[in-house]
Amino acid sequence: MKKSLFTIAAVSTVAALALTGCSAGDAAGESTTIKVAYQKFGNFTQLDDHMKDVKEAFEAENDGLTVELVPIEAQQNDYFTKLALMNQSAATAPDVMYEDTFMVQSDADAGFLAPLDEYTAEWSDWDMFYDNAKEAGVGSDGKTYGIPMGTDTRALWYNKDLFGQAGLPVPWEPKTWAEVLDAAETIKSELPDVIPLNVYSGKAQGEAAAMQGFEMLLYGTDDTLYDTEEKKWVTGSQGFEDALTFIEDLYQGGLGPTPEQALDKNVGTIVSNEWFPQGKLAISLDGSWQSGTWLESGTSPWPEWNDVLGQAPMPTQNGQEPGATSMSGGWTLAMGSGSTNKDAAWDFIAMALNKDNSQAYDVAASQIAVRSDVSEDPEYQEANPTFGFFSEIVEVTNFRPATSDYGKISNEITVAMEAVMTGQQSPADAAATYDKAVVGIVGEDDTTSSE
Amino acid sequence: MIRSIPLLPAIVLLTIFLLGPVISSFYGSLTDASLSGAAAQNPTFVGFDNYLELFADPDFPKSVILTLVFLIASAIIGQNILGLGLAILMRSSNRLVRGMVGTFVVTAWVLPEIVASFAAYAFFNDTGTLNSMLGGIGIDGPNWLYSFPMISVILANIWRGTAFSMLVYSAALQDVPTEITESAEVDGARGWQRLAFITLPMIRRSISTNLMLTTLQTLSVFTLIFVMTGGGPGTDSSTLPILAYQEAFKFGELGFGTAIATILLLVGAAFSLAYIRALKPEVD
Repeated sequence: MKKSLFTIAAVSTVAALALTGCSAGDAAGESTTIKVAYQKFGNFTQLDDHMKDVKEAFEAENDGLTVELVPIEAQQNDYFTKLALMNQSAATAPDVMYEDTFMVQSDADAGFLAPLDEYTAEWSDWDMFYDNAKEAGVGSDGKTYGIPMGTDTRALWYNKDLFGQAGLPVPWEPKTWAEVLDAAETIKSELPDVIPLNVYSGKAQGEAAAMQGFEMLLYGTDDTLYDTEEKKWVTGSQGFEDALTFIEDLYQGGLGPTPEQALDKNVGTIVSNEWFPQGKLAISLDGSWQSGTWLESGTSPWPEWNDVLGQAPMPTQNGQEPGATSMSGGWTLAMGSGSTNKDAAWDFIAMALNKDNSQAYDVAASQIAVRSDVSEDPEYQEANPTFGFFSEIVEVTNFRPATSDYGKISNEITVAMEAVMTGQQSPADAAATYDKAVVGIVGEDDTTSSE
Repeated sequence: MIRSIPLLPAIVLLTIFLLGPVISSFYGSLTDASLSGAAAQNPTFVGFDNYLELFADPDFPKSVILTLVFLIASAIIGQNILGLGLAILMRSSNRLVRGMVGTFVVTAWVLPEIVASFAAYAFFNDTGTLNSMLGGIGIDGPNWLYSFPMISVILANIWRGTAFSMLVYSAALQDVPTEITESAEVDGARGWQRLAFITLPMIRRSISTNLMLTTLQTLSVFTLIFVMTGGGPGTDSSTLPILAYQEAFKFGELGFGTAIATILLLVGAAFSLAYIRALKPEVD
């Protein structure tokens, strides 16, 4: 009896192994499911719509392949964390992922991403992408890891009606930081119920605070975050402290949202869903994609948005050359290194970003096109009245340091911002803490003091 | 030797599910493991670098102090004393009061942690229940979660955890023989004397166990603080679990985060040892 039980167990084990071997060995170990991970949060549902459309078209064209969509509902930095955790294990790692350009190098170094050069070499569409956009998807080893979906710029959005009521000029063309703060002061005294100026700040906003908030200020001073020629991070700069002082003046001076409003994870959604449409906010330092929410296809349609809101480039600190500044980022589609069906994953990426799909997405999500055939298409240009303005400031735009340490340093920036906006540290102290943290991250040799 | 064989499964399970993670977390804290970047692929052994960095970080001592404040105020003082007080009062009250108070207190304990956290958030929020009530009597309440984050989370944790202590002490008090308290009463001992010299020494073991359990529970409180204040504003309510989460999952520094977790483990162990030593539950 014992023996026969053992035999049964052994036989069934072997059979099970053989069976799994068969199914896994099917079509040379290629999986028939493509797992696509992307972000869906608050007002940002355009990508979800886009992916659903592409899934349908892809499955219709590729018989036998299934696309599994994995929308990750998380605010930006939480999205990075969840994506990184998915990538830790082969069982959960996606085949295709929505990847921020600033994470490309870091995730490529981590071995999460697969190089795409052999695919792009045979892809005729690749010539349509602008070179600087291609650059954004390149890893530190020079290989391409991400195919860009669109880019963005940042500037001041302001409510023309409120400006009129407060007696401020429209169109508004601030030339220095002081003029921006003066306008906010005027709003505060004339329209006490209105939040004068929103600048994203603090840890809860993550990269949005570092980029839309802090770097929009810092790159308008005489200093930068990173010395691209020496390949060193800048510490002890006056510009860094000045940018923090701006944040302090704004939040401690009562010119911004209250710090607790600003530290709410959902403030980005609140700005576009409530404060702007309801006329509760006069100025916001925000992204070119804002209007995507208010289009008819957006989550919070607001037909009058273009009549009410104006845009002004963010001035440099004292009006120094080039007079205005902006920051550009953008997102890519990347392939997971553990994908068991890389060809199909590539086909999905190529389809999602062909001319028509790129254009549809760029229009829906208010992205600045990175394909020349899209940006020259009159249909694209007419789709959104602000595309012209935001494309123009590409001239003065800056890019984030393309190193794999940027993510960690961006976190330290948000820590410094939160310390000054809540009054826990003076700008000088917060800057000193930041300097120490940067040295801790990259080492003394990779920093340079601006003094 | 043979007699300890029945313990084997328990020991094996504890080793796999308790000792294993502790050791692997300790090892993790000696590496530079991270969520992204080259260190995600090949974490390298960095010795005690994470700990050195941690001790040099000004956020760390602040976080330790906040953790101790949270622990002492909400668990040791709040939950234990309030729990004991309620248990004693309920003994001498009638059934109706006992039932009502018991239900009321236990409700907070029955709620899943995330629900309790949201309830506390809604209560302390700027436009929440507390400020509405204060507004009703003409007081313009402050923004509790922002201006008094520690007080808010401490009160919330007392509210949530008192039921546990109350139940433990109610059970313990029933084991105190009434003859002893009665004879003390006959000898002329006043109420507080009976409590201090008869009741408390007799429930010493329960006090020790309860202190240890509430301490360990409170040290690991994460959801409550995370939902209510997110550890903020700034770092004003970042206790060690929040700090560890922030470093490991928000900033991607897994090694550094585990180092904080290891410290937390040591703090818990230190308190447990202190209780066992001070209250000697096994003697008599």
